[in-house]
Amino acid sequence: MDRRSFLTVNAKKHPKPIPLVPYQGARVLSGTQPYSGPWTQTEVLHLLRRTMFGAKKADVDFFAGMTMNQAVDYLLNVPTTQPTPPLKTYANSTTAGDPDAAIPQGSTWVNTNTTDGGINSQRRVSLKSWWMGLIINQERNILEKMVLFWHNHFATETQVIGTGIWCYQNNLAIRTNALGNFKTFVRVITLDTGMLRYLNGYLNTKTAPDENYARELQELFTVGKGQDDATPPYTEADVKAAARVLTGWSVNGTTNSAQFTLSRHDTTNKQFSSFYNNTILTGRTGTNAGDLELDDLLTMIFNTQDVAMHICRKLYRWFVYYEIDATTEANVITPMADMFRNNGYNIMPVLSTLLKSEHFFDVLNQGCLIKNPVDNIAGLCREFSIVFPVSTDIANNYLMWLYLQNTANNFQQDIGDPPSVAGWQAYYQRPQFHELWINSDTLPKRNQFSDTMNANGYTRSGKNIKINHFLFAQSMPNPSDPNKLVEDSIKYLFTIPLTQISRDQIKRDILLSGQSNDSYWTIAWNTFISNPGDMANATIVKTRLASLYQYLLRLAEYQLS
Amino acid sequence: MKRRDFLRASLPAAVLPTVINGFSLKSFAADSPLAKLLGTGTDNDHVLVIVQLQGGNDGLNMVIPIDAYSNYLNARSNIAIVQNRILSLDGNTKTGLHPAMTGLQTMYNEGKLGIVQSVGYPQPNFSHFRATDIWMSASNSNQVLVNGWGGRYLDYEYPNFPTGYPNSSMPDPLGIQIGSVTSLVFQGPGMSMGMSISNPTSFYNLLSGIEDAAPNTLAGKELKFVRQVAKQTSQYSNVIKNAALAVTQQSAYPANNSLADQLKIVARLVKGGLKTKIYMVSYGGFDTHSLQANAADTATGNHANLLKNVSDAIKAFQDDLKFLGVENRVMGLTFSEFGRRIKSNSSSGTDHGSAAPLFVFGSNANQMVHGTNPAIPANATTNDNIPMQYDFRSIYASMLQDWLCVKNNDLQQIMLQNFQNIPIVKTSACNPAIPNTSGLTLIDNYPNPFTQSTTIRFTTSGGHTLIQIMNTLGQVIATPVDREYPTAGTYSIPWDSQYLGTGVYYARFQNGAVQQVRTMMKVK
Repeated sequence: MDRRSFLTVNAKKHPKPIPLVPYQGARVLSGTQPYSGPWTQTEVLHLLRRTMFGAKKADVDFFAGMTMNQAVDYLLNVPTTQPTPPLKTYANSTTAGDPDAAIPQGSTWVNTNTTDGGINSQRRVSLKSWWMGLIINQERNILEKMVLFWHNHFATETQVIGTGIWCYQNNLAIRTNALGNFKTFVRVITLDTGMLRYLNGYLNTKTAPDENYARELQELFTVGKGQDDATPPYTEADVKAAARVLTGWSVNGTTNSAQFTLSRHDTTNKQFSSFYNNTILTGRTGTNAGDLELDDLLTMIFNTQDVAMHICRKLYRWFVYYEIDATTEANVITPMADMFRNNGYNIMPVLSTLLKSEHFFDVLNQGCLIKNPVDNIAGLCREFSIVFPVSTDIANNYLMWLYLQNTANNFQQDIGDPPSVAGWQAYYQRPQFHELWINSDTLPKRNQFSDTMNANGYTRSGKNIKINHFLFAQSMPNPSDPNKLVEDSIKYLFTIPLTQISRDQIKRDILLSGQSNDSYWTIAWNTFISNPGDMANATIVKTRLASLYQYLLRLAEYQLS
Repeated sequence: MKRRDFLRASLPAAVLPTVINGFSLKSFAADSPLAKLLGTGTDNDHVLVIVQLQGGNDGLNMVIPIDAYSNYLNARSNIAIVQNRILSLDGNTKTGLHPAMTGLQTMYNEGKLGIVQSVGYPQPNFSHFRATDIWMSASNSNQVLVNGWGGRYLDYEYPNFPTGYPNSSMPDPLGIQIGSVTSLVFQGPGMSMGMSISNPTSFYNLLSGIEDAAPNTLAGKELKFVRQVAKQTSQYSNVIKNAALAVTQQSAYPANNSLADQLKIVARLVKGGLKTKIYMVSYGGFDTHSLQANAADTATGNHANLLKNVSDAIKAFQDDLKFLGVENRVMGLTFSEFGRRIKSNSSSGTDHGSAAPLFVFGSNANQMVHGTNPAIPANATTNDNIPMQYDFRSIYASMLQDWLCVKNNDLQQIMLQNFQNIPIVKTSACNPAIPNTSGLTLIDNYPNPFTQSTTIRFTTSGGHTLIQIMNTLGQVIATPVDREYPTAGTYSIPWDSQYLGTGVYYARFQNGAVQQVRTMMKVK
């Protein structure tokens, strides 16, 4: 009995609640027990697509030489040194005397304060370009996927934060804590300059408590709103009480750090609801009252069961699938959450368990994730090893990254500026979730982008980025055989293999121009290899490859990971 | 499926030899009198435009209670609008508009705007995301619905979508969202009934080609979904593009106003001939926790800019609709997920609140302020919220019934409960102009005056005909005729007044859209 029919048989014995969109397929019943099945290219591709942006053939070959456990451990081992900060490639302000003007082109701006609105606007653009560059040039680890995950979780908008340095500090806080301890992470984010500005923590004083951060801290960042995302266990009074705990903080615009002012702090006791066991947090009075009360607040929040469940559901939706049925809640989320709490909210063990689990590698969980825009764009660039300007040409690299970041924005994912503090709708809006990425506006745009990269590419300042079809085809194991070329290309680009009938038709209609003799392609390919200067033949090969990859990237299958 | 839905769905197909009650459906088109007689009751060319104001709009500074001005000022002195700057409304001294909303003031005074006070729902929710879902799904506060009210309406109007669509009677998208993410409003019971576009002229044709069957897995489910979007996109891209290209001239819209940009596209598509019933546009930035108004001049600032853009955009839209000659086909409503607190905070902002006013606009809007100004306590505290006067779902239900002409019996299917009807739409909207019958006598009686019995004579043009006798209190005391007449003609029936006292009686004649009333006198 194969694995899928085995699962199907089991599914019949465990009737499930009827899902919203009728789904007649097999249900996933596997849990967090370690995966011990086959470790072939298929599993390597699945692991890399989910933990990195796209699966490059060179990366697949690299990880295929390891065991599954080694591969996951390798991916989770992220560098502790931070990348080169964003560099100045923008023009000086026309306002005289702005300190930014002293920064040379190609040096970082993150250590120089400015009050020039135009410069801050350019710095935000610089930051987003830099970030897209880090994604495109990611190393072989999970870091960039986690940075985007946490940005979606602790969502902030650079447009609201305004100050470029604070936007950078927010990004750095996420990078530094992405695989660390979640409770520590929440504390860091609470006092992050960007977040203090974004959710008005800097305006939260005893005379005018501002509930903005206190609400989202509970609703979005920690406790959540229950399994149905609609029944928060905490009360409105808890929001108000937490707001009072957090009074007194503001941002020092000179040192770019959080500062606490006792005279703005509400020193009275704060009473919480029965959800928090009617905890009373004692009002503190010293200069470190803000720190101590924040610690008390987080201790109270992290003593609830809900935090771990909420975060594990979000990790699940990011790495596996959006629908969490009762079986998955019991077999995957609950054990993950238990582990999260038992490990003092360290992120690594939970991720490691999920990524090494039977559930993660379950055939039924492969290929069902709709790529988010950044995954679509960065994945395409990486899978096809698109060549960027030389790394010393900083200005042009930033321009290329900016183009890709803008493209992601057109697909509705503007990194640095999600739609709201809840992040992107695709990760919380029922019932569609990830399907929200794909609609009658964005799907044609995705196709236009892949068409562009397949055709003339993007050109700026005389530099160009585009797919080199020939190099991709040449990296395949047997490109002179049109059957193998189609089959292997599909294996690397799609999670769902096409049928033999479809592959044959693609081969015939595209590589053979409607002919049936495979040798036409083989001869053309071999001629090109031996005599690339034969322009007529080179054109035959290149136009057919261009059509092949344009066609494949336009199929619905390419949108799935 | 309801009978009329079946007919509606079947008529355009017109290829299957379907027979109902002996009539071959092939033999009549969707617009034939017989099809109408069979009950395609909601056929109309009406369009609804939903304007979402994201973030929770401060209604109290938008529609200002002049008659409670001192309490209002006391509650929010740092952002309150100076009294003499409040824009007045014709015939209404108690309520005024924010000074930035001159466009909407004009529309009100021209009879194209209605204001509904204190719209909300019981047990208000203060979370942006949950409250938005409540408004979009039209659920109770404690109920999670995974489909939207617009989606449920469109599902009722166009059953079985997307199977069989587009077709000759509905060649166009059912609902259009300007933007890139289709909201919960359009989510139908099975799938989204809306499509999103950001630029109607830049559609891209998808390659047609072979297609493998999707596997019976989660991946297969998502694959089917992506393919379905791909197909819809290509199906509708041409009709949208053509509609957009058909309109070459529009009147002026304000620059740097994204709401105006969106409404401009809507006007273009309506005029271009799309039969799309619902459009949705959205405009963000209303979460004014701080710096809502400038301290030096509270009539300026972030909120003022937002309100100005809303007002300018809607005014320009209305002017354009008039210019394009489609003014009578379009109505709109605004909404925001909640209002804000009565009392402002000391950062010159307002925190999340509950009920708030909304606007109903269009040439078929009733020019009035529905409800009373909210009560403002003399010493408002930070916990004071505006109590709701109208359930937001009553607005939807009234719009569905009186603008999209959904029959009363069917409303509950869409709205899931019975909601109060509010006269936000002119009653004539779903009762098309009566054929010109002036000078024609369609009903009379003889003798008149009469002592005991009289003969009522009426001229019907066929179809359902109703005659009711009413007393001077408007009570129906008899219904001598209530039946179908297969052919047009003049008929007479005797009516015996029996025990009724002497005095004036009215005989009301109704035949299709036509009605006429005859005054009768009973004497001793």
